[in-house]
Amino acid sequence: MSTPEAATEPPRPAGDEHLLSVHDLRVSFATEDGLVTAVDGVSFDLAAGEVLAVVGESGSGKSVTAMTLMGLTRSPNSEFEGTAHYKGTELIGANEDDLRRVRGAEIAMIFQDPMTSLNPVLKIGGQIIEQIQEHEALPDQQARERAIELLDKVGIPRARDRLDSYPHEFSGGMRQRVMIALALSCDPSILIADEPTTALDVTIQAQILQRIRELRDETGAAVILVTHDLGVVADIADRIAVMYSGRIVEQGTLDEIFYDPQHPYTWGLLGSITRVDRPRPERLPAIAGLPPSLGNRPEGCHFRPRCPHEFAKCIEVPPLEARQDKRPAHLDRCWLSAQQKRELREVRPGEIGLEKKAGAIQ
Amino acid sequence: MARFIIRRLGQMVFVMFAVSVLVFLIFNVIPNSDPAVRMAGRQASESTIQAINKEWGFDESLPQQYITTMEKVFTGDLQSYITQLPVNEEIIKGIPRTFSLAIGAALLWMFVAVCFGLYSAVKAGKFADRFLTIIALIGISMPVFWIGALMNHYLGFKLGWFPNGGYVEFTEDPVDWFYHLILPWTALAILFIGFYSRVLRSNVLDTINEDYVRTARAKGLSERQILLRHVLRNSMIPIITLWGLDFGAVLGGGAILTETVFDLQGVGQYAADSIGQLDVPPVLAVTLFAAFFIVALNAVVDITYAILDPRIRLQ
Repeated sequence: MSTPEAATEPPRPAGDEHLLSVHDLRVSFATEDGLVTAVDGVSFDLAAGEVLAVVGESGSGKSVTAMTLMGLTRSPNSEFEGTAHYKGTELIGANEDDLRRVRGAEIAMIFQDPMTSLNPVLKIGGQIIEQIQEHEALPDQQARERAIELLDKVGIPRARDRLDSYPHEFSGGMRQRVMIALALSCDPSILIADEPTTALDVTIQAQILQRIRELRDETGAAVILVTHDLGVVADIADRIAVMYSGRIVEQGTLDEIFYDPQHPYTWGLLGSITRVDRPRPERLPAIAGLPPSLGNRPEGCHFRPRCPHEFAKCIEVPPLEARQDKRPAHLDRCWLSAQQKRELREVRPGEIGLEKKAGAIQ
Repeated sequence: MARFIIRRLGQMVFVMFAVSVLVFLIFNVIPNSDPAVRMAGRQASESTIQAINKEWGFDESLPQQYITTMEKVFTGDLQSYITQLPVNEEIIKGIPRTFSLAIGAALLWMFVAVCFGLYSAVKAGKFADRFLTIIALIGISMPVFWIGALMNHYLGFKLGWFPNGGYVEFTEDPVDWFYHLILPWTALAILFIGFYSRVLRSNVLDTINEDYVRTARAKGLSERQILLRHVLRNSMIPIITLWGLDFGAVLGGGAILTETVFDLQGVGQYAADSIGQLDVPPVLAVTLFAAFFIVALNAVVDITYAILDPRIRLQ
């Protein structure tokens, strides 16, 4: 397949060096049902200090994309194509030793489930110190002080005493804070947060997101926030990439995505958010149908079978490109004209143009 | 901790009581096990048997016989019916032999099994893994009396590299002690190595997929650190359980075949000889001895658990 992103990418302002530049990333896994492509040509750039939210439902390839940047999807069964440049280092083909120097030190990751992501048999202090000493030649005492400082920074009370506690002695929210402290321990330039609040209850979610935002402001680290929850994104993201079935279908600033969404899938996502400022609907709006299975994707636009606005052109893969003259950085993958999009998305208030479509389930 | 020890001691008393009653009952219902008849020898007259019955108290009721026997266990007056030698002296004589065999073999099999299991898991699906799997299955399938006899015959008798069985006191000559124990240690360890390395391999493969191992990798740790610090420790618990039970059994004279094949004359061999002669007192004593070690080692296993995994607390 051609890579139209490269040709149509908007010119960047001078001096805007990207911290991370992912180009046409493809990740496939060999399974019993043959080769399955989880990530199918993903490209995006990340500037220093920016918060990029990658939004999509389960199986859209968002977590695989994030983990691939860290080399965590490497296995005898996986195959990679494309590039991911980080400060002049190519991450995708990097050998394990080079990648190890990046992991944890330059790019750090917070995982979804804090209950299982910390080693249950080691003290949390040890788990933080271990990472610090892996990347910096610090004596034990200094590493220990740094760990205390980090725990303090993420808002763990009595950090000095809690250093010798085991993970099971913390609540879920506190454990996620420990994970954040762990991720921040070597002052990374990029923090990848893979659904950091999904396993937590709502009040804790807000606190954790607030922390991530504050830490971004303090440390200047760029954040890639992977989530299925657009509500989470609204508070914190600068830019949003919406993923569907292995591809980015729309990408733009927070305002562009929320107030001028171009792709019908984005309309559906926005329409599915429950809102307290609108009359309560009889049923929660949902996008009809199911996402295609990885091994059995439709030709052309992957969203086609679920899209009420499908037409003949959709059999071709729409490139991810800017389709409005005034907005060169607002990219999407939909063949509808800007005019059509404006009209169609207003069809039903609360459902943003996504009517139920009979027989949409593939 | 104190409560834990008290509970374990209570458990030990109960287990030993139950075991002793069972052994006693079993030997009373085995056909042809009347001790008086066996002690009187062939073609003994009815009056001789009667006299023996009277002298040894075999004419008493079963519970009374049990109580008398157990009293003797505690006073150390227990005597073999057949050889009429004191049982406690025989056991004390066998202890250093049995312990030498058990401790050496247990360390050997644990160490080798951890190495094999870990290596096999790291190389899962590759040639080294398949090779070690076959070796392990061969080890599990070879009975110890057979492999022991082969070792004795070829390495001992034919090639003369090792002594043909027997035991030398450690205090007498440590080097010779070691030399005499190499073959018994190996023979006994082979079965356990095969078994343990399989269990460890599958545990390591399970643990490798845990989220915290992914976290460890995301920290930039080397594969070696990930394996030793994060995977191995979490994979050891099932192995420790097995090890506690097996080590306890071997300490208590459970390596009957190995002791006999290499003529170590330890507690196990004493038990084997006594069972062959349906000699109740030594069998009873050795069984109690073994039960003690199995229960005690189980307590040690539980303490080790708590050290390995802080979520487990002793109570």
